[in-house]
Amino acid sequence: MTNSWTDIKNTDLVVVMGGNAAEAHPCGFKWVTEAKAARGAKLIVVDPRYTRTASVSDYYAPIRPGSDIAFLMGVIRWCIENDKVQWDYVRHFTNAAFLVKDEFGWADGLFTGYDEERRDYDKDSWDYKIGEDGFAEIDPTLQDPRCVWNLLKAHVDPYTPEFVENVCGTPKDRFLTICEMIGECSTPTKTMTSMYALGWTQHSKGAQNIRGMAMLQLILGNIGVRGGGMNALRGHSNIQGLTDIGLMSNLIPGYLNIPTESEPDWQSYMSSRRFAPLRPGQTSYWQNYEKFMVSFMKAMWGDAATAQNDWAYHYLPKLDVPAYDGMRMFELMNHGQVNLYFCQGFNPLLAFPDRAKLTEAFSKLKMLVVMDPLKTETSHFWQNHGIYNDVDPASIQTEVLELPTTCFAEDEGALVNSGRWLQWHWPGATPPGEAKHDTWIMAQIWTRVRQLYQDEGGVFPDPILNLSWDYADPGDPKAEELAREMNGRALETVRDPDDPTRVIAEPGQQLSGFGELRDDGSTMAGCWIYTGSWTEDGNMMARRDNNDPDDTGAYLNWAFSWPANRRILYNRASADLQGRPWDPSRKLLEWNGERWEGYDVPDIPPTSRPEDVGPFIMNPEGSSRLFSRGMMRDGPFPAHMEPFESPMANVFNPKMRGNPVARVFAADAERFATSEEFPLVATSYRLTEHFHYWTKHNPVNAALQPEFFVEISEELAAEKGIAKGGRVRIWGKRGQVWAKAVVTKRIRPLTCDGKTVHVVGIPLHWGFMGSARKGWGPNSLTPFVGDANVETPEFKAFLVNIEPASEEPVA
Amino acid sequence: MNIDLSRRGFLRLAGAGVAATSLGAMGFGEAEAAEAAHVRAFKLATTTETRNTCPYCSVACGVIMYSRGDVKAGETAELIHIEGDVDHPTNRGTLCPKGAALKDFVKAPLRLTQPRHRAAGASDFQPITWDEALDKIARALKDDRDANMVQVNENGVPVNRWTTTGFLAASATTNETAWLTYKTVRSMGIVGFDNQARV
Repeated sequence: MTNSWTDIKNTDLVVVMGGNAAEAHPCGFKWVTEAKAARGAKLIVVDPRYTRTASVSDYYAPIRPGSDIAFLMGVIRWCIENDKVQWDYVRHFTNAAFLVKDEFGWADGLFTGYDEERRDYDKDSWDYKIGEDGFAEIDPTLQDPRCVWNLLKAHVDPYTPEFVENVCGTPKDRFLTICEMIGECSTPTKTMTSMYALGWTQHSKGAQNIRGMAMLQLILGNIGVRGGGMNALRGHSNIQGLTDIGLMSNLIPGYLNIPTESEPDWQSYMSSRRFAPLRPGQTSYWQNYEKFMVSFMKAMWGDAATAQNDWAYHYLPKLDVPAYDGMRMFELMNHGQVNLYFCQGFNPLLAFPDRAKLTEAFSKLKMLVVMDPLKTETSHFWQNHGIYNDVDPASIQTEVLELPTTCFAEDEGALVNSGRWLQWHWPGATPPGEAKHDTWIMAQIWTRVRQLYQDEGGVFPDPILNLSWDYADPGDPKAEELAREMNGRALETVRDPDDPTRVIAEPGQQLSGFGELRDDGSTMAGCWIYTGSWTEDGNMMARRDNNDPDDTGAYLNWAFSWPANRRILYNRASADLQGRPWDPSRKLLEWNGERWEGYDVPDIPPTSRPEDVGPFIMNPEGSSRLFSRGMMRDGPFPAHMEPFESPMANVFNPKMRGNPVARVFAADAERFATSEEFPLVATSYRLTEHFHYWTKHNPVNAALQPEFFVEISEELAAEKGIAKGGRVRIWGKRGQVWAKAVVTKRIRPLTCDGKTVHVVGIPLHWGFMGSARKGWGPNSLTPFVGDANVETPEFKAFLVNIEPASEEPVA
Repeated sequence: MNIDLSRRGFLRLAGAGVAATSLGAMGFGEAEAAEAAHVRAFKLATTTETRNTCPYCSVACGVIMYSRGDVKAGETAELIHIEGDVDHPTNRGTLCPKGAALKDFVKAPLRLTQPRHRAAGASDFQPITWDEALDKIARALKDDRDANMVQVNENGVPVNRWTTTGFLAASATTNETAWLTYKTVRSMGIVGFDNQARV
């Protein structure tokens, strides 16, 4: 989230699209209720199903799963056509005025530079014209036909209300009403917030869905302001933290990158990460990359990381592919190329797509290690559970180790909520039986591996033998020790660069902010964006002062919010070019002639003059991006793409399937269904009574929602002869499941491309372990393909068929 | 004597079974004191309260856990109740149908309580000691790494990557677990590293 849960109360309009917050994030959704009650805010829901969020909305419109980009580009087109634009914001705070290379263009559903063979773009033309002074060329009048604004106008031109109706199945009048409601938020004194979740991310073009709304929010001037923002409602309690700390194939903590093999040394790695400003006088904060990176290397390898050995750069792995993400690993596993696999609090047998493929892949491992508080489907993948897990244990040669871990109630540490708050928690229960903390398990594994290398030698032991492991008990590091290490400390005396007589930190002292990090090896920090979370003043994450001056919703002294305890990202954009709040009644920051002051930690150097320095300091432009240059693999603007399994062809290019640059493994391409074979569109979702695959282990929640069901319209039920509550078989190209049919008015058939499109809703909470009745999840049916940029699987739009089934056979 | 007693303070005093003299101090006459003395003790009065946050979705509602025994004091603690934390700015004491049933997640029938091992082709798990399990894992890691670590690519560029072992990290473990996991996985050169952010 750019903003926080408690900030939602400041909004005038909530758009829930790509999520269902009332059910999936109920207590956060209360802030929507608060905004409605106290401010008269309105709520719009756009969803294939009439969800519980929709049931308390002011306006609802249906949409075909996987067509969100068409809808969003349609709204942008409408706003531009009807002059619903926050012009001062767009001119000064976005890249609308930047000129784009003449070669850039778009035709037949594709941007320039497409290479069908490689399923990739040559992105050279997707960039600004750079002048002789080295800066990007701009036309502040927005007259130049090559400026971003005019290219955007041309890009969204096809997305007429009729186009939206045809592709999305959203009735034109409903679409236009929503456009009008959204358009009202283009004034400086009205804000809209976007609340989205996996309904937008789990598509082969999920990142572009989100880009679409982010662009709309910029056009309306709603980023960086109270009650505005792009608010990703993360699915799990600490998925924000795990991502911040870089537990992904290609990440280093704080959104730094693992090198690729085209960057064999420090110089080549840093050469593309200098981030020189693209406009005069801009901050371009990533220019500090090297400070964060060196501090990370010092946190990892301490004295073994020196300026002479390029901070032990050779210890880091170098990637030959963009990422060895989960799906790539299961693909490799299925080819017998993975021997050993660890699942820490993760149940991939239900969480990744194409379960048949996953079972096959796990069966080819030598050893699977599962660390979990619960007996999961993954740790029992080899066990026969009749139709629910129809495998032959004797033929599965995988050795499995199942290790009991503690859960939240028994452990200590911080979780990062969706609003980027690091909140500390304390243990209040003794672990059951022999269950152990994950920290203990990881330390035990690592110290034992180190011992083996010390005793026996082996291949390239250096990064293991030299890893910093400075804990009082090496076999059981404590949460405090680890948190302090992530925050970082001075290794040598750190001085103020403007006044070297002033000492900022003595050796061994905790640092108070990432501005104190250095690239000369005198500081260390495991995760630079967390610097400030555990300072010489103690644990900032444990703060519990819920005072909120003037009721802004900021709560600056509650816990710690990264970065720098900032509660609303890009908050300098809440004020105009002179530094006056756009909306005085919702002041966040103000320029007082000398510095920025207000209710939040300024997201700009506090003395940067408003006319000189743009609000988007992380971008070398100083502005936000309506045109994202070559930053995304599938285009600098979002363009409509169909799901890989779709009931209709792409209207721009009937030959184009799915996202033209999404990674598709050969065997999976043959397992995509066509609408001739499988005419129904399916989509997965959550219920409020359950959390993923965990709460089916809880007898209370298992009683509330005991049994797997699918949700279909009355029209589809009538067509297929399916009775309310009857048993049905749902099958697709990759598998089949049986479920109770919930026949409902909450899903209605849509009309797309002149045809009736039926939608089947498939909740995701059942498996073959736990207290609920045995069932399946949607992943028995979903395709093994992910988003072109981040490989989030396409769970939200795929094809199936359905038929009545005889009642459950007695086992 | 004028004592300003909160509801909880009253219950704590009364429930702790203190002598009637205290009840007298609270303004009760003898008859009321005798009556109060045999009222069943308030269940939460003698518990340890611990602040935590809900482990499910990313709203991260504040919760208060009530236990018999104090973990921080080195005692065995049994969780007996969880409720919303009214001081928490986000949820202000409220919980959803999942959070309201949190205690029964902690005490789920299928909580794991001991390490178990399933041998190749076996039809069930067998108990294994922690030491055996951890030694087995360390051995498997060392052997696979030594056999399959790619030190240089085909062009002779040092790459130090290990692709035959993979690690899926969690979604609800602490930052501190995440950091220790990161150090462990990265120092070995594992690149097949992911978390639940995508799903």
